[in-house]
Amino acid sequence: MSALRISAALLAATTAIAAAQSDEYARERAALLREIERTVTQTARETGRAQLDRRVLEVLGRLPRQLFVPSALRDSAYDNRPLPIGHGQTISQPYIVALMTDLLQPQPDDVVLEIGTGSGYQAAVLAELVRKVYTIEIIAPLGEQARERLAQLGYKNIETRIADGYHGWPEHAPFDGIVVTAAAAQIPPPLIRQLRPGGRMVIPVGSAFFAQTLMLVEKDDDGMVRSREILPVRFVPLTGQSP
Amino acid sequence: MSAGLRLYLSVGLLSAAALAYQLLLLRLLAIVQWSMLAGTVVSLALLGHGASGTALALLRGRAAALAPPLYVAGAACFALAAPLCFALAQRLPFNALELAWDAAQWPRLAAVYGLLALPFFFAAACFGLAFIARGRDIARVYAADLAGAALGAAGLTLLLWWASPQTMLRLVALLAALGAALRPLHPHAQRPAGRLQPYALALLAGAVLLVPESWIAPKPSPYKGEQQLLAVIGARRLEQRSSPYGTLSVVASPRVPLRHAPGLSLQASAEPPPQLALFTDGDAMTVITAPGDLRYLAQMTSALPYALRAAPRVLVLDSGGGEAVRQAFALGAVAVTAVEPNPQRFALVRDGYRDAGGAVYTGPRVRAVAADPRAFLRRDRARYALIQLPPAQSFAGSGAGALAGAEAYLYTVEAVGDALDRLADGGLLAYTQWERLPPRESVKLLATVIAALRERGVAAPGARLAMIRSWQTSTLIVKNGALDAREQSAIRAFCARLGFDLAYLPRMEAAEANRFHRTARPYLYEAAQALLSPQADAYIGDYKFDVAPARDDRPFFFQFFRWRTLPELLGLRAQGGVALLDVGYLLVVATAVQALLYSLLLIGLPLLWLRGAAGDPRWRTGLYFAALGLAFLFIEIVWLHRLVLLLGHPLLAASAGLSAFLLFAGAGSAAAERWQARLPRHAIAAAAGALILWLLLLEALWPRLVDAAAVWPLPLRALAAVLALAPLAACMGLPFPLGLKRVSVQAPQLLPWAWGINGCMSVCAAVLASLLAMHFGFQSVLLAAAALYALAAMLLR
Repeated sequence: MSALRISAALLAATTAIAAAQSDEYARERAALLREIERTVTQTARETGRAQLDRRVLEVLGRLPRQLFVPSALRDSAYDNRPLPIGHGQTISQPYIVALMTDLLQPQPDDVVLEIGTGSGYQAAVLAELVRKVYTIEIIAPLGEQARERLAQLGYKNIETRIADGYHGWPEHAPFDGIVVTAAAAQIPPPLIRQLRPGGRMVIPVGSAFFAQTLMLVEKDDDGMVRSREILPVRFVPLTGQSP
Repeated sequence: MSAGLRLYLSVGLLSAAALAYQLLLLRLLAIVQWSMLAGTVVSLALLGHGASGTALALLRGRAAALAPPLYVAGAACFALAAPLCFALAQRLPFNALELAWDAAQWPRLAAVYGLLALPFFFAAACFGLAFIARGRDIARVYAADLAGAALGAAGLTLLLWWASPQTMLRLVALLAALGAALRPLHPHAQRPAGRLQPYALALLAGAVLLVPESWIAPKPSPYKGEQQLLAVIGARRLEQRSSPYGTLSVVASPRVPLRHAPGLSLQASAEPPPQLALFTDGDAMTVITAPGDLRYLAQMTSALPYALRAAPRVLVLDSGGGEAVRQAFALGAVAVTAVEPNPQRFALVRDGYRDAGGAVYTGPRVRAVAADPRAFLRRDRARYALIQLPPAQSFAGSGAGALAGAEAYLYTVEAVGDALDRLADGGLLAYTQWERLPPRESVKLLATVIAALRERGVAAPGARLAMIRSWQTSTLIVKNGALDAREQSAIRAFCARLGFDLAYLPRMEAAEANRFHRTARPYLYEAAQALLSPQADAYIGDYKFDVAPARDDRPFFFQFFRWRTLPELLGLRAQGGVALLDVGYLLVVATAVQALLYSLLLIGLPLLWLRGAAGDPRWRTGLYFAALGLAFLFIEIVWLHRLVLLLGHPLLAASAGLSAFLLFAGAGSAAAERWQARLPRHAIAAAAGALILWLLLLEALWPRLVDAAAVWPLPLRALAAVLALAPLAACMGLPFPLGLKRVSVQAPQLLPWAWGINGCMSVCAAVLASLLAMHFGFQSVLLAAAALYALAAMLLR
C-alpha cells in the first residue's frame, strides 16, 4: 500500500471520527435543549418565563459548548451542570445560562456588557443575539484564553478587556443590558449608572457550583432601581399552612 | 539503654506522633478544604487502628515472631506515610463543592479517606506488635502509649503557635522515625544488623526532611476566598501567620479594590476606602479598612441600630478586622468594646496593621479584648446600649453550607439570653446575616431569638423585634423593651432612604414587605408572622429546612439539612436544586457511609474469613462489643463538641478531649487488666452503672462549670475539662477488657470477632455521633450511649 493511500485512509478515518464526534455533540446538544425546555416549563411560576425566547434556544442548540470547557471535561460539556474551568472559576449550568440570557431580553440592536468573561461562553451566546458585546474579565489568564477562543470562533462583535469590572466600560455606556456572570459580592453602583433607563441587569447570587438564585435589576425610565430575586427551581420552602 | 526503656520511649514517641498527626489533620484539612472534612479525622484514626488489629489477627501465631522487624518497619512506614499520604491526598482532584453534581467525586473522597487513614494503620500496628511481643509488660507499654498521646496532643497545640502545620508534619514524621530507630523489640540493640541503625535512621530522617515543601504545604481549594482573590490581577499576599486557631493571611489587591461592604444599599452614594483582606484558613474573609471616607458604613443594613440610637455604648462580638468597630465610631458611638476570638488575628489588627486599619483596636474610647465572645458575655459585667454581631462567615461559605457540622455557640437560645443580660434598659441587640433564598439563617435566627425571649418570660416578643433585608444581608434587632412608635418610624425611614425591605416590624402591613428587592413571596415576613403565632412549632416542622432554634445542646446553627427534603431537591437536579443542599452535611453523611464500608472491608470481612477457624459468632458477644464501640464513641464525640463551648476552639477542644479520653480510658483498661483476678463478678455492670451515674452528674454540673470557668485562663479551663472527664473516661475504659477477658475464658475463638465488631462500630460511631447530635442534640446521643452501656452490662452479666 502506498504512502499516499495510507495518508488518504488516515485522513478519511480522522474526518470520520471528527464527524462522528460532531454528531455525538449534536445529539447531546439536542438532548440538553430538551432538558432545558422541560425545566423552563416546570419552573414557569418561579421564573415568570413560561417558555424561553426561541432565538436563545437556537443559539444554545448550535454553539459548540465543548470548545469552552477544558479538554478533559469535553465529555461532560453538555451535562446540565456547572463545570470547573480553572483558576477557581466555573462555566455556568446551561439551564442557568439560558435563563440569564432570556431574562436579559436581548434585542438585535442591543449593546450588552458582560462582567466576568470566564470561558467566553456567555459572551458567545449573547453575541449571536445582539449587535455588540463588551466583556471584562478580572483574571488575566482566563481573559486571554477567552479572547483567543472567541477570535478563533470568528466573533467580530465581541470586545474583551482584562480589567476590574466594577467600573464597567463607561466609554461604551449606556448599555441595554448588563450580565454579571461572576457571582457578585456587591452590585457596583457604576454598573447601575451605565444601565440605560429601561435596561436590565442579571446577576447570579451564590458561589462557585452553588449559584442558587438570579437577581434581575431593572432601571425604570425615571432611573429608579428595583431588583427581583428569582429562584430558578420549582421549590417552595414551606408547604404547610402559614397563619 | 535498657530494652524496656527503649520500648517505652519508642511507643511513647510513636503515640505522640500518631495523636499529633490526628490533630494536625484537623488543621490541614480545614486549610485545604473547609472544616467540613475535619469531622472525619477521629474515624480515620479508628479505621487505621481497627484494620491493623485485623491484620495482626490474620498473622495469628506468626505476629510474635515477626514483631521486632515489623515494629521497625511499621514505625518507619508511619514516618514516611504521614507526610506522603497527605501530599498525595491533597493532589487528588477532589472537590467537596462538586459532590452534589459529579459522581466522580465520591470515589475520590473515598481515596482521600483511605490515604489519610494509612499512617494510623502503621502506627497502630506497632502498638499491637508491642503488646503481643511484651505481653508481660502490657501495663507499662500501655502507660507509655497513653503518656505519649497526651504529650503529643499538648505539644502539638503549643508548637502550632510557632511552627506552620507543614513543619509540624515533618516533626511528627521525625518523632516516628526516632521511634523506629530505637528498634525496641530487638533483644540486643548492638547486634550486627544494629550497625546499620544510624545509617537507616539518617536515611529515614533525611527522606522526611527532603520531602519537598511544595508537596506538604497545604494547597487550599481554588474555590476558597483567598485563592479567588489571589487570582485577581495585582493581588498579592502580604503576610501569613499560623496558630492553633487557624492560618491567617493578609492579602492586598491594589489594582482591583476589595470594596467589601456586606449588604450595601443599591442606592449607596459612597464606597469603601482601600481595604486589606484578612483570611482565616483561606476563607472567612474580614477586612482591615484604611482611614478615609466611611460614609458607606451608614448605607448597610447593619447601620440600622445607629438610626435608632445616638451616641451608644457598643459591644461588637466576633469583631474580626474591626469593620463593625469602625462603623460604630463613624456612626457616633461614644465607646466600643470589641471582642475577637482569635488572639493572633486580634494582635495582627491591633499591632501589625495598626495604621493600615485606622488604629481600630487602640485609642481611648476602645476596649479591645481577645476572648471567646460567648465566654466574654458570661463574665462581663458592663451593660451596653448596643450589641452588634456581624455576619458569621463568608458569603461563599454560607452558600456552600461549609459550616453545617461546626458548632456555633454564639447563635444559640442560651447565647441570646447571655447577650440580652448585657443590654442596658432599652438597649439593642443586632444580628446581621447573609441572606439566602429560600431563607435559612435569618429564619433560624428569628426562631432562636423568639425562643430565647419566650424563655425569659417575654409574653409578646414581637413587640421587641425588627428585621430588614437587602439583596444580600438581613439585620435583626432585638430591643430590651418594646419598640416605640418613634423607633418604628425611624426604621421605616431608614429602609425607604436606602431601598431596604422591611421584613418585620410590630403591626406592619403585608404590603410593606417585599417592595424594593422582591422575591416570589415575602418569605421573611411570612416566617416572622408564623414564628410569633401559636402555630410556630407547626411552621418550623413544615419548613423544608431545619430552622428549629439552635441550643447549646444542638449548637449547629448552620445545619439546615432535612432528610425529607432530599428526594425533592435531587429530583430538581436539572433545575439546580442540588445547589440548595448543604454540602457540609452531605460530606458528613458520605463519610459515615464510607466509614461503614471501609470498616466492613478492612475489619469485618477479614475476620469473617477467619470464622472458619474461630467458629460461629454468638450474637450476645457480638452485640456486647458493638454496643461498646458505639457507646464509647458517642460519648467521646459529644464531649469533643461540647468542650468547644468551654475552650473556645475545636482544635483546643479536640486536644484536651482526646487527651482526657485516651489517658483515662487507657488507665481504666490497664487497671482492669492488672486487677482482673481481684475484680468482682459483676464488674462490668458496676462500671456501666458508675459511668452512667457520672454522665448524669456531668449533665447537672456542666452548665455551672461553663459559667464558673468563663473567668478562668485557658490552661485552667483545659485542666478542668480533663478532670471533669477523667472519671467518666476511666469507667469507659473498663467494659472492653473485662468483656475480652470473659470471652477469652468462655469462648476464646470469638476474640477476633469481638474485637472486629467493636472496631467497625467505633469507626462508624465516630461520624454517626455528629450526625445524630445535629438532629437530636447532645443529650439524646448521650442517652443512647447510656442505654447501650446498660444493654452491654445486661448482655455479659
